Amino acid sequence: MDENVILTMRGITKSFPGVLALDNASLKLRKGEIHALMGENGAGKSTLIKVLTGIYPFEGGEIEMEGVEGQAINHSVQEAQERGIATVYQEVNLCPNLSVAENLFIGREPRTKCNTIDWKKMNSSAREIMKNLDIPVDVTMNLENYSVAIQQMVAIARAVDMECRILILDEPTSSLDDNEVEKLFRLMRDLKNKGVAILFVTHFLEQVYAVCDRITVLRNGQFAGEYTVAEMPRVKLVAAMLGKDLDDLASIKAEGSDTVRKDVVVDAKGLSHKGTIKPFDFVIHKGEVVGLTGLLGSGRSEMARCIYGADRAQTGTLTMNGKELKAKAPIDSINAGMGYLPDDRKADGLIGDLSVKENIYLALQARKGMFHPLSPSEQNALADKFIELLQIKTASRETPVNQLSGGNQQKVILARWLATDPELLILDEPTRGIDIGTKTEIQKLILKLAAEGKSVIFISSEIEEMLRTCSRLCVMRDGSKVGELDHDLTQNTVMTAIAGQGKEGEQ
Amino acid sequence: MKKKKVGLAGNNVLLLITVLLFIGMYVIGCIIYANKGFGHFQTFLNILITNAGLICVACGMTCVMLTGGIDISVGSLIAMDCMILAVAMGRQGLPCIPTVMLVLVIGIVFGLVQGYLVGYLGIQPFIVTMAGMFFGRGMTAVICTDQVSITQQENAMFYSWANAKITLPAFLGYTNNKGKTMVPFIRPTVLIALVVVVAIWFMLKYTKFGRSLYAIGGNEQTARMLGLNVRRTKLLAYVLSSFLCSIGGVLYCLNTMAGSVQQAKGFEMDAIASSVIGGTLLTGGVGNVLGSLVGVLINGTITTLVNSNGKLLSSWANIATAALLCFFIILQSIFAKLKDGRK
Repeated sequence: MDENVILTMRGITKSFPGVLALDNASLKLRKGEIHALMGENGAGKSTLIKVLTGIYPFEGGEIEMEGVEGQAINHSVQEAQERGIATVYQEVNLCPNLSVAENLFIGREPRTKCNTIDWKKMNSSAREIMKNLDIPVDVTMNLENYSVAIQQMVAIARAVDMECRILILDEPTSSLDDNEVEKLFRLMRDLKNKGVAILFVTHFLEQVYAVCDRITVLRNGQFAGEYTVAEMPRVKLVAAMLGKDLDDLASIKAEGSDTVRKDVVVDAKGLSHKGTIKPFDFVIHKGEVVGLTGLLGSGRSEMARCIYGADRAQTGTLTMNGKELKAKAPIDSINAGMGYLPDDRKADGLIGDLSVKENIYLALQARKGMFHPLSPSEQNALADKFIELLQIKTASRETPVNQLSGGNQQKVILARWLATDPELLILDEPTRGIDIGTKTEIQKLILKLAAEGKSVIFISSEIEEMLRTCSRLCVMRDGSKVGELDHDLTQNTVMTAIAGQGKEGEQ
Repeated sequence: MKKKKVGLAGNNVLLLITVLLFIGMYVIGCIIYANKGFGHFQTFLNILITNAGLICVACGMTCVMLTGGIDISVGSLIAMDCMILAVAMGRQGLPCIPTVMLVLVIGIVFGLVQGYLVGYLGIQPFIVTMAGMFFGRGMTAVICTDQVSITQQENAMFYSWANAKITLPAFLGYTNNKGKTMVPFIRPTVLIALVVVVAIWFMLKYTKFGRSLYAIGGNEQTARMLGLNVRRTKLLAYVLSSFLCSIGGVLYCLNTMAGSVQQAKGFEMDAIASSVIGGTLLTGGVGNVLGSLVGVLINGTITTLVNSNGKLLSSWANIATAALLCFFIILQSIFAKLKDGRK
């Protein structure tokens, strides 16, 4: 077995200012296997990969690679590539302003006799590659003309074509649909048969069980264990990632479900925004969690934005606690007691260079107005309270937010809105892209807030999650609200409601 | 599929608009100022002759702007180059070729320093090249504060370069009112400038370095992840810019035959304007030297139009350039919006 080992990383240590990102982490890759690297957000998966590919220097540990004498430490991406390590990152790392063919070949372009770039050959080879992978693109077109999914496939095609011995896929599936994921899996199995070692990072347990042979689990930057997939049931894997037995997710519902509906908090009548959402009525009561469900693009987020005033409603009225609210801008809604956590936390929410503390008190400060500044001690107390309450993993309250992992960033935004003590909290995909442990925590928190008398509008693509947290669901389809479900909430009823109860034939 | 075709055309459309605008402006000039000889082929050639230096500088500027950077030191560097040429040949009586070589080497060293600061130390290009701008202008004054000219007695070879005429076929010419046939001509400077344009165009299209410039402008982080040597590429971009600027400086000096502290003031802005009008994005990643060449021609045409009028203050040329710049920047942002809108 062990003669098959192509890469060994042992005792890797790497720290960022104030945070020990990797603490004695290890990894062993063998030829012709698909190896899953699992762990919660912030467990150090991405850091380990970046150490391996030469993007980060590291403090301690050894890396050995077959065919490399001594320590196989890469100092740059070029060096890693020369040693046969190719990487595909979660976010597409290609140049949108260059053609598909160029993106496939940049840095290793085919040359003519005069050592200039051979465009003809480049385009024809690119066409060949994309055809083999069954990806329908015009290789001479700029990459920016294609969807994120196609771009991701191009990135994978590039890595595959580099004749690598080790292929690292860092959450490549997050922007792919099922069909494309299947295509990718087929490709991965092909490569595996050719003896390539594939390191596959993903949050999706099903995918691990679908393609992987072996799993390495990291926890808090440390090596938590290596297992073969066949001998590792899911529950045990999740437990290994969390380092504790998993709370039974199904049991967290109970208390939140049967709230008495009496005090109406928000009552919207005939609200609409041209081009995004058709007129809808919406009522939410004190202490209620209402879910907006529907397919992506069905108007879930748009409805939430309209209620919040981020998109100004052109028709209809919205009353909050009996008073009519004419929100011209989000600040009016904030003052009226609303909080909104947008779905794109990078673009709409977080300010990466500001500290955790500053990001937390931002909305509260905005609500108070700039002439009533929070005192430093108030700021600190506020930040500490929420870091504690939400268990935000950060070196200190002064750490810039972009040094935190994705799940913890999400918690910081959540803390920001909780700090304003809103009566109505709108959460748009608060759990997307974060690990299962944090997800459970956030779901619990939502139910706790509801129990304290806050109202929550909750949007998620995961129906299971909605079923666990919401007492009522609004069903959206094609930009309009088509119904509400408030009893008999099961996966089946929700799915049929979203699909339109078999009425698709009419469209 | 159809939509995507439009998308690709986006950048080409910008270039096309630039070209059409140039032709349009020129034709209008020919019609309005027909009696002043605007329509003669020589007028067009004169634009090339006057702006040979700017063409070189704009090519270098385009390369730097492709990486998302900027080089505002070029005007001062030209002044310094001209002053060195003028003092060395005009006052010290140094021979022509070594002096020109010296100027080119100085350009490379100048670029190495700026490129190192930008590429390897990661300092803002604007700040670095602003320091270069002050240094260049200051150094020019340190070398000599007078206006120094180069005459035929002092350096016959340089003088002969400056006055060499390359005549074109006579049928392109015209007969003046005295019945004499005016044969159109260009200066060697024009040939050098055009060779530079072709060379840079070829480099951008067919070399790894050229494509790396685009990749870095598209997304620097990504370029690094793709395994490109971002730091070295940026360094070389600034070396290239300063080197081309020094070639431009020699060409400029061949036009003016003098060095002075106030020379080529605001030249960097002309170069940037030409690049932008030619379709280069300030954010990097998109652009083409052929566009920049047309940009320079548009600049030159505006000046010629204003001069042909005779009554207008020459500053009207600046106002026209300002209007054009606004027009192109708005156009660029519209195309950028259209692109985003499609996603």
